[in-house]
Amino acid sequence: MIVSEPISPSVAGNAPHETFILNLGPQHPATHGVLRVKMTMDGEYVVRAEPVCGYIHRMQEKMGENRTYAQYLPNTSRIDYLSAMNYTHGFVGAVERAARIQVPPRAEYIRVITSELGRISSHLVWWGAFLLDLGGFTPLLYAFDDREKILDLLEGITGARLTYCYYRFGGLYNDVDETFLKGARQFVAQMRPRLKMYRALVTENIILRKRLIGIGPISAELCRRYGATGPVIRGSGVPYDVRKAEPYSVYREFDFDIPTFPEGDSMARYLVRMEEMAQSLRIIEQALDHLPGGPVMAEKVPRVLKLPAGDYCYAVEAARGRFMVRLVSDNKEIAYRLKLRTPCLSNLSLFEEASRGMLLADALALLGSLDLVIPDIDR
Amino acid sequence: MNENDPDPKMKGNGAPTRVGVPRATLSGVAVPATRLAPAPAVAATPAPLVPTPEPRPNPLAHVPLPFQAVDYSFKGYHVEATVQADQVVLAAQYLDREGFSLDTITGVDWLAQGQMEVVYDYFHPTRGLRSVVRTRIPRENPEIPTVSDVFPGANWHERETHDFFGIRFLGHPDLSPFLLPEDADFHPLRKDFSA
Repeated sequence: MIVSEPISPSVAGNAPHETFILNLGPQHPATHGVLRVKMTMDGEYVVRAEPVCGYIHRMQEKMGENRTYAQYLPNTSRIDYLSAMNYTHGFVGAVERAARIQVPPRAEYIRVITSELGRISSHLVWWGAFLLDLGGFTPLLYAFDDREKILDLLEGITGARLTYCYYRFGGLYNDVDETFLKGARQFVAQMRPRLKMYRALVTENIILRKRLIGIGPISAELCRRYGATGPVIRGSGVPYDVRKAEPYSVYREFDFDIPTFPEGDSMARYLVRMEEMAQSLRIIEQALDHLPGGPVMAEKVPRVLKLPAGDYCYAVEAARGRFMVRLVSDNKEIAYRLKLRTPCLSNLSLFEEASRGMLLADALALLGSLDLVIPDIDR
Repeated sequence: MNENDPDPKMKGNGAPTRVGVPRATLSGVAVPATRLAPAPAVAATPAPLVPTPEPRPNPLAHVPLPFQAVDYSFKGYHVEATVQADQVVLAAQYLDREGFSLDTITGVDWLAQGQMEVVYDYFHPTRGLRSVVRTRIPRENPEIPTVSDVFPGANWHERETHDFFGIRFLGHPDLSPFLLPEDADFHPLRKDFSA
């Protein structure tokens, strides 16, 4: 039926100003894990996107305050399960700093090799999942194929495929074997042409470029005001990387670059991670070439550690940015206070400001380019 | 941020001068020089653990707050300041002007002393510096002004600290539970809380 009467001006006048609430998550397929974003929408445009956190909160910090350091150690690989190596590194590093434990060089080199393998594996998961967000299913299969090789390698020495607990206060659980060293070299050789193929297959794809270039710009100043780190701040042109800014372990001894892209859009963050995988391969190669001999465990590390009173910080560059452990000890076997500074919380906190006025589909691309792991936010 | 880097301003402002060893730069990231001239008029802080006899450089000596240099290799930060509770906003403003970024905010419940400690961690995105600002407030009435007007990133950190410790950040836009359930009326990181 055709309505001959014109729409009353009051209705027409009000219509464009009407907003509605769209709930994204906490179990929405387009979000990773259990992130909930309360979006106030004006049609297809985001007026306000308010992340609601805490759906997978486990009170990790309280757990750190009612068990010994060694008992808490496995927890750290379950905060950001994709950066398990880096996170255990942060925790053992804080304890070693407080207890003044000198870690043998061989152990530090193996820590670097395994941490960088973990970083590549994490970036591969992001790459696959991010492209899945954008509607491309195939790359995920390639990514998981390559990641499988890393998981096999790490399983051989740690016994675990995801939540590694390989580092110990003063060194490592066990030494690496020939199979691992040979496999790691093989992986480096195999991965380089794969990265080239990824470039031809995905990075230069016109659909992907149209979805990412110029979308979701984040300025360096915005990153600074929100404390964003990792590929997010490096995708805004700031070469901030804990491995260079506060060199820990033996990262000083390796020659590698910090990829930065000044554009600040989703493409810049994409390119940072792709380039970082190549840099990690460089680090692994150098570490394998110069792997020193000797023990992998410091001598005379007491079974139960009592840290001298005081507070100690230790920061590492995890796959998503700056992870810091802040320990407060009162000279007991159990930490008085354990604070976990996680990168995803700060990286997500800028989303509300950065997504204002964006199209919903573009806001989701921006969200994906932040590479969030929700248990890392909620802890 | 590189254009707005406050470094040039700092150099003419009583910042420690370099001696001998040039500041190492790795891929553009300025790493704080390890050997700087002793900062004038600031006594070397005895680190709580092993006091180091030689004075350490204090990159924030020109800031009119009690910043003191700390041995990074033992503590994991370069400078720290213990300030009055009403100075935390001022400290945030100074560090903001220096180009610092807010790392995190947290509390420590000192039950025996009847105090709550609030710790502000900062990092510098281009100079590789770490700074800590801490203050203590009475445990009975833990109130402290918000720094979320200076660093919007503080919003969530303060909400989390309110969740866990019950510290009220005055002037904060919304202190509703962040990680705890929406009806939570408990503060699990207080030392007298047991599950």
